[in-house]
Amino acid sequence: MAKNTESNVYTVLFAIGMVLIVGTLLAFVASSLEEKIAENKRIEKQQNILYAIGINDNDETSVEFVSKSVVGAEFAKYITKQFVITGTEAIEDPNAYLIDIKKEETEAKNPNYKRRLPLFIGEKDGKTLYVVPVRGKGLWDAIWGYVALDDQLVVQGVFFDHAGETPGLGANIKERFFMDDFKGEHILDGDTFKGIAAVKGNVDPKNLNKTDFEVDAIAGATITGTGLSAMLKKDLAMYVPYLKTLKQ
Amino acid sequence: MGLLSKKDAKLITDPLADNNPITVQVLGICSALAVTAELKPSIVMAISVMFVVAMGSTLISLIRNIIPPKIRIIVQLIIAAVLVIIVDQVLKAFAYELSKQLSVFVGLIITNCIIMGRFEAFALANSPWRSFLDGIGNSAGYGIILIIVGFFRELLGSGSLLGFKVLGDSIEKTGLYAYGYENNGFMLLAPMALITIGIIIWVQRSRNTALIENN
Repeated sequence: MAKNTESNVYTVLFAIGMVLIVGTLLAFVASSLEEKIAENKRIEKQQNILYAIGINDNDETSVEFVSKSVVGAEFAKYITKQFVITGTEAIEDPNAYLIDIKKEETEAKNPNYKRRLPLFIGEKDGKTLYVVPVRGKGLWDAIWGYVALDDQLVVQGVFFDHAGETPGLGANIKERFFMDDFKGEHILDGDTFKGIAAVKGNVDPKNLNKTDFEVDAIAGATITGTGLSAMLKKDLAMYVPYLKTLKQ
Repeated sequence: MGLLSKKDAKLITDPLADNNPITVQVLGICSALAVTAELKPSIVMAISVMFVVAMGSTLISLIRNIIPPKIRIIVQLIIAAVLVIIVDQVLKAFAYELSKQLSVFVGLIITNCIIMGRFEAFALANSPWRSFLDGIGNSAGYGIILIIVGFFRELLGSGSLLGFKVLGDSIEKTGLYAYGYENNGFMLLAPMALITIGIIIWVQRSRNTALIENN
């Protein structure tokens, strides 16, 4: 082989060729899988919302969503209504769960934009549950979740997820031992909104006190915990004025 | 042995012990710290890295004669990144659950020094088959250390293995905890990963004194 791989011309040509091949390949892969990925994400959203109201395939310690094959039917059965709240108006919209919270958050920075807040209403065992989506920042990346409240604004279930928290530490926000702690917690002190904070050195590790607005934080995940507390405070607060009207 | 010649077999067995990428070459420490708080992510990471190193080494080796030396590092980086992205996309489409678990590792795989190290030191100068074996061997050596560290950190830090509470429940005080045993929360933090690796290096070197450098 007499090819001169040292020459500048060859190097530039190789680089261009490489970029073209790699670019085409990635574009092809991305666009041919796009639909499937979007569908998976849609199903996941439904599974997450159902999880928050307690519809799941959990055994003692695991976190198991309802299976993909039944999620559509279960979602239609338990989530009876979906609303989009804009300002003081609430409009029913059967596709409210498809609203991109991240996008709404960005758009809301524009003072003329009226942020759309999706709210899901579920019926389970004769009880009406209000599911609120939340989104915030963890240590490395975004964290988000769904909080199910009853008409007294007491938490009935939560689901949290994250994009890239540390495994074994921050990533544990999506483990049962953490999420289950939220059940029964109050978010209102009388009439004032308090939120729920993940607190270290909590004197209540078995979480028997449900009106302290605190759950036991995860050791070694301080920033994720703080981010989670901030997320709950910020996002639940947006819904509280509307939800309070239900309480009366 | 019919399948592998002695020389080829050495490519796999060497990095497992006497030329281990982590304990001897001290490569890939960053990811070893990040993912070993639990056993399961350690195993997942080991498998992911094995796939990328083996495939990448083979690819690099196939085109080793046409890569311009001036931009070879960039070429290696692109190949590693492309492989990782493709794997990530395919998993998201066909094994969504698994891709959720892998999420954080995807970025970490690309930055793993072992990948670039093997591409640069081995794949550029050897045949595809030998490069493939070298990739498997090195990632296995890396994986073993990750799994050992993950095993001890999860066991001593959380009292569980792969999520199963093998030592009993620390809040309900059952099993070992009934006798006053406590989890060592320090095991879950990054410094203990480094100390654990240090202990492994110590044990390995005291058993094989040939590894000790003379000053």
